[in-house]
Parts: sequence; structure tokens; C-alpha cells
Amino acid sequence: MIVQALTFYLFSAVTVVAAVMVIAARNPVHSVLFLILAFFNSAGLFVLMGAEFLAMVLVVVYVGAVAVLFLFVVMMLDIDFLELRQGFLHYLPVGGLIGLILLAELLAVAGGWTFAPEAAQSVAAPLPPLAEVPNTDALGRLLYTRYVYLFQAAGLVLLVAMVGAIVLTLRQREGVKRQRIADQLRRRPGEVVEVRQVQPGQGV
Amino acid sequence: MAFLDRTARTVFLGELIAGMALTFRYMFRRKVTLNYPYEKGPLSPRFRGEHALRRYPNGEERCIACKLCEAICPAQAITIEAEPRPDGSRRTTRYDIDMTKCIYCGFCEEACPVDAIVEGPNFEYSTETREELYYNKEKLLANGDRWEAEIAARLEADAPFR
Amino acid sequence: MVEFWWTYVWPTAIIVLEVVAILVPLLTAVAYLTYVERKVMGAMQLRKGPNVVGPFGLLQPIADGMKLFFKETVIPSGANPVVFVIAPMLTFILALIAWAVIPFGEGMVLADINVGILYLFAISSLGVYGIVMAGWASNSRYAFLAAVRSGAQMVSYEISIGFIIITVLLSAGSLNLSDIVLAQKTVWFFIPHLPMFVIFLVSILAETNRSPFDLPEGESELVAGFFVEYSAMTFAMFFLGEYANMILMSALATVLFLGGWLPPVDMVPFTWVPGPIWFCLKIALVLFFFLWVRATFPRFRYDQLMRLGWKVFLPLSLVWVVLTATVLQYAGWAQS
Repeated sequence: MIVQALTFYLFSAVTVVAAVMVIAARNPVHSVLFLILAFFNSAGLFVLMGAEFLAMVLVVVYVGAVAVLFLFVVMMLDIDFLELRQGFLHYLPVGGLIGLILLAELLAVAGGWTFAPEAAQSVAAPLPPLAEVPNTDALGRLLYTRYVYLFQAAGLVLLVAMVGAIVLTLRQREGVKRQRIADQLRRRPGEVVEVRQVQPGQGV
Repeated sequence: MAFLDRTARTVFLGELIAGMALTFRYMFRRKVTLNYPYEKGPLSPRFRGEHALRRYPNGEERCIACKLCEAICPAQAITIEAEPRPDGSRRTTRYDIDMTKCIYCGFCEEACPVDAIVEGPNFEYSTETREELYYNKEKLLANGDRWEAEIAARLEADAPFR
Repeated sequence: MVEFWWTYVWPTAIIVLEVVAILVPLLTAVAYLTYVERKVMGAMQLRKGPNVVGPFGLLQPIADGMKLFFKETVIPSGANPVVFVIAPMLTFILALIAWAVIPFGEGMVLADINVGILYLFAISSLGVYGIVMAGWASNSRYAFLAAVRSGAQMVSYEISIGFIIITVLLSAGSLNLSDIVLAQKTVWFFIPHLPMFVIFLVSILAETNRSPFDLPEGESELVAGFFVEYSAMTFAMFFLGEYANMILMSALATVLFLGGWLPPVDMVPFTWVPGPIWFCLKIALVLFFFLWVRATFPRFRYDQLMRLGWKVFLPLSLVWVVLTATVLQYAGWAQS
């Protein structure tokens, strides 16, 4: 048990420190790297809770895909720190106000927290024992039976977002020559090359 | 039918498999590697390697300090100083070749009226310092003595074509 | 005290021993993979390959290792030193920790976790960070360009690998690697899933940045890609990590498609050979494929690489997932 507790404190401490460093680091690339560290340690926490599927999905989706894109964008930016810090005092009141509002809202949410009656029921519903049904299995059953419509709706929302992004960046320009691989492969020597006997001094 | 054939070849990666079969077959071919320090390839009699100054069979050095080689050398690698010897014959007192400048064009060999300076068959004379590549007359004559047999054979083999 | 010994120290010691028993052969295999690569490529190009150091050049990897070990690690003045040093370590460590879940034989696995295949997938998706961090921290244009290329390439090919893994999962009905192998008792998965097997082999070439998809390294255009600025042990870490990744991906191909430690035919002369030896033989076969491809094909152009990943492999594997699911459902082979 001691080992588990120690591991828990290790993971959570690193998570918290990394999360703080995300906003404290001066270099944005370092921020993203700390964000990745935070993700990774949260995955560790999931494993400690016995939710190995969630842990792996967190790593695959957030660390393996989303954070890579973050890192890409941030690496490409050429950020001038001096210029960034110049407007700090200017924007402080507005930023502070937004922060305060957010804090108040969070407090209100936390203060007025009540469970919906259905949620309480599903929590009370008997979980299959972890030893018999691996939690990948359990999650799958739940997602594809009880929450199948919500799950599909979430998928559709993502699909719409993806189509939207493609439509926004898609543009057709005139006069652009593109490689058409099928056409290239379809060409045969017989169709495009002609062998001629050229007499001296006459040309083709 | 030809269309079907081509499509089938594309779908089953015909070209890739043919390429891989080729490399696989080559894997068992006889290797062409020369095990260099122990095996060496044949050299043409015209091969232009390390320079040497030759002597006549009686031990007299051939070079008469005409400085034609110095004049023709495109890299200006050759430096010659000369004065008459006590017996009245004209010989060099200094004959230096800067091997780091030399471009191994062989013009010195062709310019020489007495076949004194030649480029021999030796190409393994790398050194650890630059200074060792500034050849003087002594070194060149020593080279000539050392390689004389081969140089003579090469000159003879190439004589009909000169 | 006695209880402390038996509950904490002893199991830890056992685990450490098991880790050593996996890592030492693995690192030896990595070292000799470089030797075999040079020998095989040499043979295919009618050369002899290394043959001077030791009998048949067998001591060549050791000589190379010694050379890299005694050289000086140069950190460029414009580089970001911390990230610059962490990047090769990350690459190397990621290539090693993935081996925790690989089953070498019946029950011969360090951590027999339920989501083994997801763990492997997660680790391999982290591999891109070592490269991107190296490219960024080097503060060099070549390295950065290579990092961007490699990031885009690895993310693209991971998607089709993911779908291929899903087809195997559907057929095996488990995320556990040992169960996946045992599900291939009747027929190895590369026979029913032959197109996926081919796509998987090509995708792992791209995933490990091997020729013909070695654009992140691109000796002729990016001088050495993301590790131009690296020298000595940091360079060696990248090198070892890359080759360990090759072996890992071969092991993955073996587990998913070639029946892991199972003998090719369940008959007497074959079953005499122990499982781990079959496993290593199959890995060696896939590794030979890696080298063979490198000796055969020229490098891809970058836009064609992306086209292959997104417009050919992704739709194909997606269709195959649907096809597999349909067949399993209607043939009644689906588990539960």
C-alpha cells in the first residue's frame, strides 16, 4: 500500500508542478513540453485507479496527436518575448477581470453541486468486478449500449469540425499544374514515342 | 485484357516485387570487393603515381637541369636550382617537388628530354605531416633507386605508343 | 524485517533481473543489427561489408561503440542545452520501455497488462517527440526541417497503423498481446489479413523513418536530418533508439500477424523448438525485410509519401476494418 501511495504522490506532485510550469515557463515550447509531462502523469494516475484503457487513450490521443500539433504550431512561431511583455500592464485589468469572473463561476458551480438523480442511480448500479471484465470491455459495453447516441453524436460533431476545417482551407487556383499519377502510369511507350529513320541532311 | 493485366500487376505490387527479387538474387552473386591492403587492382603502365628521379645504369643521375619540367608544371610544384659540377657537367643542386601542390598531370614526365623525372607506380605514400610531402632531390633519387625495375618495365611496355 | 524483505526487496530484485534479461540481449541485438545491415546491404550491392575488425568483422559494432563512447559531446552554442540532451535520452528510453509488454513465449512477458497493444501504440506515438525536440533544440535549419517532416510523417502513418491494429483486435477479441498470439493458433493473421499485413509492413518503415521513407534523415538533402548537430553518445543514443525501434516494430509485426512464438505448423519437429526461438526467427525475418527494402528502393518524394499515407493506406485500412467487422459479425465468429 505504501508503494501505491508513494506512486500516487509522485505522479500527482509532478502533474501539479508541470501544470504550473505550463503557465510559468518563459519559452512557449517549454510550456508545451511541460503540458505533455502533465498529460503523461495524469495517465499514470489513471493507471493507479485501475483505468488502464483511459490512461492509454489519454496518451495516444492527447500526447500522441493533439500535443504534437500544439508543438508544431508553437515551434513555428517566432515569438519576441520583449514585445509580448510590453502590453502586460495594459491588458492586466481586463485579464484580471476575466480571471475573477471565471473564478466566481467556478466557485458557484462547486458550491451548488448536486448529483442528478439518474447519475446517482448509475453510480449505484453494480459494476462488474475488475478481475472478471477488463475495463476496456466494460467501457465498450457502456459506450455502445447505453450512451450509443451520445457517442455517435460526439463523433458527428468532430466530423463536422473536420469537414469545416478542410472546406476553409480548400481553394482551387487556376493554372496550377498538378501531378496526376494515374495518367503517368497509364502512358505507354508506344503511345508517346515514335521511332523514325532520319536521313542524313534532311531532318525529321 | 492488357488493362486487366496492368491493373493486376499494380494491385499486387508487381514492380516492387520484381525489384526486390533482383536485389535478392544479387545478394548471392560473387562479390567484387578487393580486399585492398592485401589485394590490389591492375595498374596501367601509364599510371601516374609518386614521382621519382632516375639514374643511368652507371649510377650517374639523368637530370640535366634543363628546367623544362619546372616550366611546364601547371601547378608550379617543381623548384629547380642548378650550377655546373667540378667535372663541367650541368646538374641540379636542388630539385624539389611540393607533392601537396602536384596535380599528377604527368607533364613533367612528358617534358623531360632524358626520361629523368617520371611518375612511378607507387600510390601508397600518405604521410602524417605536410612537411613529409615536400620532396627534395634526395628523396626523389631514393624513389628512383627503389622503383627503377618497375619504372623501366613500365617505360618499355608503353614505348610503342609514345 | 523478514516480511519487508519478502514483500518488497525480493520481488523488486526479480523484476530488475527480468529487465536485465530482456535489455542485454536486446542491446546486443541492436548492435549486431547495424552489423547485419552493413553485411546484407553490402552483399546486395556486390560488396563484402565490414570484415576487418575481428573474424568476419564481428567486432565492428563494438569498435564503433567504443569510438562513439570516447568522443566528445558537442553542444552547439545556439542550442537549447536541456532539451538538446533530453531528446536522445527520450528516444532511447521509449524504444526500451515498450519491450515490457512483448510476449517472448507462453507466459514469458514482463508486464502482462490488459491493454498491451494500446500501450505499444501509445509508446510508438511518443517516439515523434524525441525527434521533434532534437530538431527544435538543435537550432539548425536542417534539423528543424527534418523534425517537421518526421512529425508529419509519423502522425500520418500512425493513423493507418491504428486501423490495422483494430482489424487485428477485432479478429482476436482482446487487447492483450499474449491473447492475440494465442488467437492465431489456427491460422496466422497475415493470411486472412494479407493486404493489411503489407500495409503494416510499409507503415512501420515510415514509422521508424527507414528507407524508402527516410526523409527525416535524408543524407543527401538534410545531411543527417534531425541529428545533424549530435555527436558522440547523444548520437549513439539516437542510433540505438532507432534500431531498437526497428526491432520493436518487427516484434509487433510478429505478434500481430506472424503468430508470435507459435511454430509455423503444430507438428512434432516444429514443436520441439522452444517458442522464444520461433519468436526471434520471425523478428529476424521482418528485420531482413527492412534491410532488403533499404537496399532495393530509392527514397520517396515528400508529397508522394503523404499521398500514400492519407489517400491510399487510410481508406484501404478503414474499408478493411469495416469488412472485417462485417464478416466477423455475419459469420458468427465475433466473440461475445
